[in-house]
Amino acid sequence: MSNQLSHVFARCTKENRAALVGYLTAGDPSIATSEQLICALAEQVDIIEIGMPFSDPAADGPVIQAASERALQAGTKIKDVFLIAQKVRQLKPEIGIVLMGYANVPYTMGFEVFAKQARDSGVDGVLLVDIPAEESGICAKIFQTHGLSQIMLLAPTSTEQRIALAASIAQGFIYYVSLAGITGAEMGEVKGIQDKLSLIRQYTKLPICVGFGVKTPAQAESIATFADGVVVGSHFVSQITSNIDDDDAMLCALTSSASAMVQAMKW
Amino acid sequence: MDYDLEIKHAPDEGGHFGKYGGRFAAETLMQPLKEIEDAFFEAWADPAFHVERLDLLKNYVGRMTPLYHAKQLTHAVGGAQIYLKREDLNHTGAHKVNNTIGQALLARRMGKKKVIAETGAGQHGVATATVAAMFNMQCDIYMGKEDIRRQAPNVFRMKLLGANVIAVDSGTGTLKDAVNEALRVWVASCEDTYYIFGTAAGPHPFPLMVRQFHTVIGQEARKQCLEQAGRLPDVAVACVGGGSNAMGLLHPLWDDESVKLVAVEAGGHGLETGEHAASLAKGQPGIIHGSLSYVLDDEEGQISADAHSISAGLDYPGVGPELAHMMDVGRLDLDSATDDEALEAFEMLTKAEGIIPALESSHALAAGIRIASSMKPEEIVLINLSGRGDKDLNTVMDKFGFDVGAKDE
Repeated sequence: MSNQLSHVFARCTKENRAALVGYLTAGDPSIATSEQLICALAEQVDIIEIGMPFSDPAADGPVIQAASERALQAGTKIKDVFLIAQKVRQLKPEIGIVLMGYANVPYTMGFEVFAKQARDSGVDGVLLVDIPAEESGICAKIFQTHGLSQIMLLAPTSTEQRIALAASIAQGFIYYVSLAGITGAEMGEVKGIQDKLSLIRQYTKLPICVGFGVKTPAQAESIATFADGVVVGSHFVSQITSNIDDDDAMLCALTSSASAMVQAMKW
Repeated sequence: MDYDLEIKHAPDEGGHFGKYGGRFAAETLMQPLKEIEDAFFEAWADPAFHVERLDLLKNYVGRMTPLYHAKQLTHAVGGAQIYLKREDLNHTGAHKVNNTIGQALLARRMGKKKVIAETGAGQHGVATATVAAMFNMQCDIYMGKEDIRRQAPNVFRMKLLGANVIAVDSGTGTLKDAVNEALRVWVASCEDTYYIFGTAAGPHPFPLMVRQFHTVIGQEARKQCLEQAGRLPDVAVACVGGGSNAMGLLHPLWDDESVKLVAVEAGGHGLETGEHAASLAKGQPGIIHGSLSYVLDDEEGQISADAHSISAGLDYPGVGPELAHMMDVGRLDLDSATDDEALEAFEMLTKAEGIIPALESSHALAAGIRIASSMKPEEIVLINLSGRGDKDLNTVMDKFGFDVGAKDE
């Protein structure tokens, strides 16, 4: 099966809209419920980002930290992450599936085994928060061989030199972190994000998605006017947090907040 | 004394020591880390930086610290001559201040007004709060909730020194979680805030930089040993949590091939129990806190929540990358001491020499004593007494079931 990411952005461009990228942590709050939630979210987004829970999520804010803890508490293993990806792929052959997480999980498993199983599970891309361009040699070739896109992050602190470097490695899309901070913090100022994107576009033709801190439909709408995609993570995860004892309410809150984002991003 | 300022056994440009180290950090931190790296190399090449640093180490910290021939302990053990490098006599009571002086000077050069740090036992937190007070910098210390409980006296010291101590409740509430939290805060504040990392681990340039600031320990000890004993030690021993005091003592002896270098990890309840902090002996290569090194984690790559040591300063599931490299190339011997062995050594040194060691250092003592006992009297074992034990008295009191006897009858 071919990598869906380029098709997703081509389709969105044709429809004259930005892609909605939605994140949830696999296994949160339990493996079975998480599968339901991720599949439901996959119905509404263009790209689903599935978080691989990690014991030490140093780049994440409290919301996703707690999600990771719940998932590990629930006994989530990397094989469960792959199983959820498979389910999503069966359900939605045309969407993009990206795994997001920290290097130690695939490193410990072995990048080769990880890449093969990810691809076999229908995954299109992998974003490892703590593998910057300089260290990407540890997995880049393996991911490429298996047809997995290595998604690279860029941030407000990225210099032109770093942008050029990341752009030379990145595949699928560039994930621009809207703020100098952790996931779920307040979104950076729109003008600043827009300027940085113009600069990044001088170095890459890849689509650019903006994430970290996008919480409201209005924010998504404003980002969607100049970015190729909008990533919503903590906001979706917090629908789980605020309905933690009620799976139905959780599902309901998640789908309605996703619809609100979809609506806002339509022209 | 004249210190050797040459950077020996340097990592590659990316901060790799062999296959370990590097800079496995979030993109947002890459440029701030590069700025610290550039500032460090620029400062290190500037004689004025060292004039100020070494003056502070001499007149504020009290260096050079003595090398003490522990004759009573040697006699009690009945083997090789035991020499103690008295880092416990530094201002603040441990070696940690060698590094915080250096990094605070760097922070000031970089125009940062605020410093943050993680701390486990509280020694690095105290050393950071101390220099922050002296340099008039705002200071926030991140400390695991569990460690705050274990190290109450140090928490109070930090607060007295004007630092905010922020309790970290996430994960296991220990050092690794304090590092995570400090990293999260630093990501959002690196423009005006400098992160004084406390051990020879983390992303490049921290392992190199922290090692360089601590090499005063080994350089002095080497010279002192030659002066006092007329020869180099046969064995040099240091405890290892992240590896700062170990790198400080052992690195300057790397090229002295006759000297056996021993790193002592925390054996906790015993290496076979899984409740220990012996990353090098029992861990596997992994990526945590910005570098590739040995890590205590499971087959899924989740960092161990069972890392345990009676000493909060050694209770860390990772280890500095250069130590992993030294182990791989065969320049480092591994040893470990359990909680009980450390307590025994703690008591032994206290009684024999009137020196109360930190529980961290007691691990080095325990292994050093064991090693010395099987050696000849004309041989020398050099042990890094990295800190004093005042901070550990509560823990030790509990363990020994000590009662001051002041209760009403």
